[in-house]
Amino acid sequence: MQSSLVVLVMSLLVFIGVNIVGNPVDMLINPEADQEEIDRVISDLGLDRPVHEQYGYFVFNALKGDLGKSFIYGEPALKLIVQHIPATLELAVAALLMAIVFGIPLGVYAGLKPDSKTAKTIMATSILGFSLPTFWVGIMMIMVFAVQLGVLPSTGRGDTVDVLGVPMSFLTLDGLSHLFLPALNLSLFKISLVIRLSRAGTREIVHMDYIKFARAKGLRQGRIVMVHLMKNIMIPVVTVLGLEFGGLVAFSTVTETVFAWPGMGKLIIDSIHNLDRPVVVAYLMIVVLLFVTINLVVDVLYSVLDPRVRLQDQKS
Amino acid sequence: MKFGKALLGAAVLALVAGPATAADGTLTIGLKAEPSSIDPHYHNLGPNNSMAAHIFSRLIEQDEKQRLQPGLALSWKAVNDTTWEFKLREGVTFTDGSAFDADDVMFTAKRAPNVPSSPSSFGTYLKGKTFKKIDSHTVHISTERPHPLMPVEISNIHIISNEVGDKVSTGDFNNGTATHGTGPFKFVEWVPNDRLVLERNEGYFGEKPEWKRVVFKPIKSGPARVAALLAGDVDFIDNVPPIDIARLKKEAGVQLSSGISNRVIYLHMDQFRENSPFVTAKGGDKIKNPLLDARVRKALSKAINRDAIVERVMEGVAIKAGQLLPEGFFGVSPNMSAEAYDPKGAKALLAEAGYGDGFEMTIHGPNDRYINDAKIAEAVAQMLSRIGIKMSVETMPKAVYFKRASRGGPDKSPEFSFILVGWGSGTGEPSSPLKSLLHTYDKSQGFGSSNRGRHSDAEVDKLIEDGLATVDDDKRSALLQKATELGIGRNQGIIPLHYQVNTWAGKKGIAYKARTDERTTAMGVHSN
Repeated sequence: MQSSLVVLVMSLLVFIGVNIVGNPVDMLINPEADQEEIDRVISDLGLDRPVHEQYGYFVFNALKGDLGKSFIYGEPALKLIVQHIPATLELAVAALLMAIVFGIPLGVYAGLKPDSKTAKTIMATSILGFSLPTFWVGIMMIMVFAVQLGVLPSTGRGDTVDVLGVPMSFLTLDGLSHLFLPALNLSLFKISLVIRLSRAGTREIVHMDYIKFARAKGLRQGRIVMVHLMKNIMIPVVTVLGLEFGGLVAFSTVTETVFAWPGMGKLIIDSIHNLDRPVVVAYLMIVVLLFVTINLVVDVLYSVLDPRVRLQDQKS
Repeated sequence: MKFGKALLGAAVLALVAGPATAADGTLTIGLKAEPSSIDPHYHNLGPNNSMAAHIFSRLIEQDEKQRLQPGLALSWKAVNDTTWEFKLREGVTFTDGSAFDADDVMFTAKRAPNVPSSPSSFGTYLKGKTFKKIDSHTVHISTERPHPLMPVEISNIHIISNEVGDKVSTGDFNNGTATHGTGPFKFVEWVPNDRLVLERNEGYFGEKPEWKRVVFKPIKSGPARVAALLAGDVDFIDNVPPIDIARLKKEAGVQLSSGISNRVIYLHMDQFRENSPFVTAKGGDKIKNPLLDARVRKALSKAINRDAIVERVMEGVAIKAGQLLPEGFFGVSPNMSAEAYDPKGAKALLAEAGYGDGFEMTIHGPNDRYINDAKIAEAVAQMLSRIGIKMSVETMPKAVYFKRASRGGPDKSPEFSFILVGWGSGTGEPSSPLKSLLHTYDKSQGFGSSNRGRHSDAEVDKLIEDGLATVDDDKRSALLQKATELGIGRNQGIIPLHYQVNTWAGKKGIAYKARTDERTTAMGVHSN
């Protein structure tokens, strides 16, 4: 109920916001076209009608699952976005995995031995990860790995294999090599975030009574860390990563532009530049739905990780 | 900086050590803008038209200097004032095996202007033309009034096979089922935003291209495009950012190709309002619009140091302009050259017109449409402030700018007073900019559609209209020259600044025959 209200308000804001900026016809039309042709296109696209009427049409059609047709491609906006989802999802998942694989061990280490040189280096580097702009880092990565060392490709998505009719590139060597740099670029910020979160969690939890007790019982350090510590630092990490995953999917625009990755981010930035309003609106609507869904999934994950958190409707 | 140089040095090494260029006959091109469709009649815009030219042929082709060359038509001539006869090439087949004849032309003429939900249709070129099949290889095209632009307009229409049927949709072209042409390449696949793959059409009737297979990759970001070339992921890129040109020139592994374009960058001045919204007396009081006075407009032109713009702002990659098209094009006046920099003369003219104390004015321009557009606007403002006009500069993204510049004011009139714009002549002669930029605004006749300053002079109008109705080339050229000399030389209806020069870059040994229409085609890429 709340969610659908959020979606409705969002659609109103987005639709009006997008529709007061510029005129798509000026982007689409050949400059040599005369006024008559310009007027034809304006009425073809429905731009001659008042905004509230256009919005009415949009809502009416959206309820039927039709989010409008792209002005530029002439194809349904939803179809265009769906076509671009696998590439972005693949990139986001890869970035998320990197954040977990690199971030947690480094963070836990830095938390366990806060005064060691290594820990200080890790923390200093993570500040860089936070503060360097993605665009610049992406270009530098290309300069180093693609241009200087020539070991990784700089652009595009590489060979894909169809999995259940969906083209996926992580199953081929070429695809993986294309995936690595953009995924690393995208995850750099998240890795730093995870490092900080898990370090803070670790620092707090190592002083807890149950850890001391486990030590006193003579448990191996490995078991203490893996079982008693990990479980407890995971809650904030999962919360944040859940929200950040939405961000990864929705706003991978910069990375996708730098690496010419054919995902949704590139589609949306091109659509904004060219005033392809239906695609922009449809995209933002999907992002809203995505965030609503992710928040739900995070709530469910809590209860799995921490049995004390119960879902409201879960009866024993 | 040192670090950057070290990186670049390594880049050159990487290039030299990399695999031999295009050994298997494959050319990979990094494009700034990809087409919105493969349907040759869906969207009449640069990226689409240049892609369609790979797969489809036209009755008349435009070469790299936009001169007309025989394509699917071997010859064309006006049989009387209103009818043109096209003799078609025999023995040509489409890639699906069907033969090319007059029926395909008739079919194309019927489909091209009527593609559903087309964002910019080819009706612009086909409106008012009646096609008539005479025999299997002769077609007559007639208009109501004499129409000298017939060959140029026909050279924009890509011919498709009538075998695809009436029900063919844009989607059928995008997925390849209907994409059969007579062009130098065959369609293989298109994954929007990712790649477009073509293969050489071995049955092409003209000069066969050098490359067996061509892969186009859209890489919108300029630095990323340059990096992809340096990394060896692509063999060739278009739209090299001017800021990288000097650097790339020093690269041993890179070869630059550049050429002048048909695009002139110019300034429009409000000539239709007594009180112009962005022009005031110093201090902000209303004044009678000074831009109505031709002497003021002339003064502005004299105050601009075009050499400085070319050298400093454009990094030497532009040519100063005095009219609508650079030398060498049809209908260009030999009597006109770029206005010389003369601040004293400009001040004297201002004083003569009664504005010796200057006034205040805002220049508006886009910041993502033309090469260095925002910087040019700033430079112009600085130069004008030196003759006593207090300037402010406002630039904005093209998505916002063009609507306001064309019809952002009351009653859909142009909103601004003094603006920077560009115009590329798709026709390769000056009648297109004359008609759109300098003819009096007249919606019903389709004149002055981009005349955002609303310049209006009956004498110029008459010359343009006469020119557009004169089939004889020499007489037409003289009329268009005269119209330019009056409209720009005498009236200063607009102020031309410079012609853009476009730059392409390839790996060492890959050169491009630069096109004046700014298009990037695999046919023009050669190894040497």
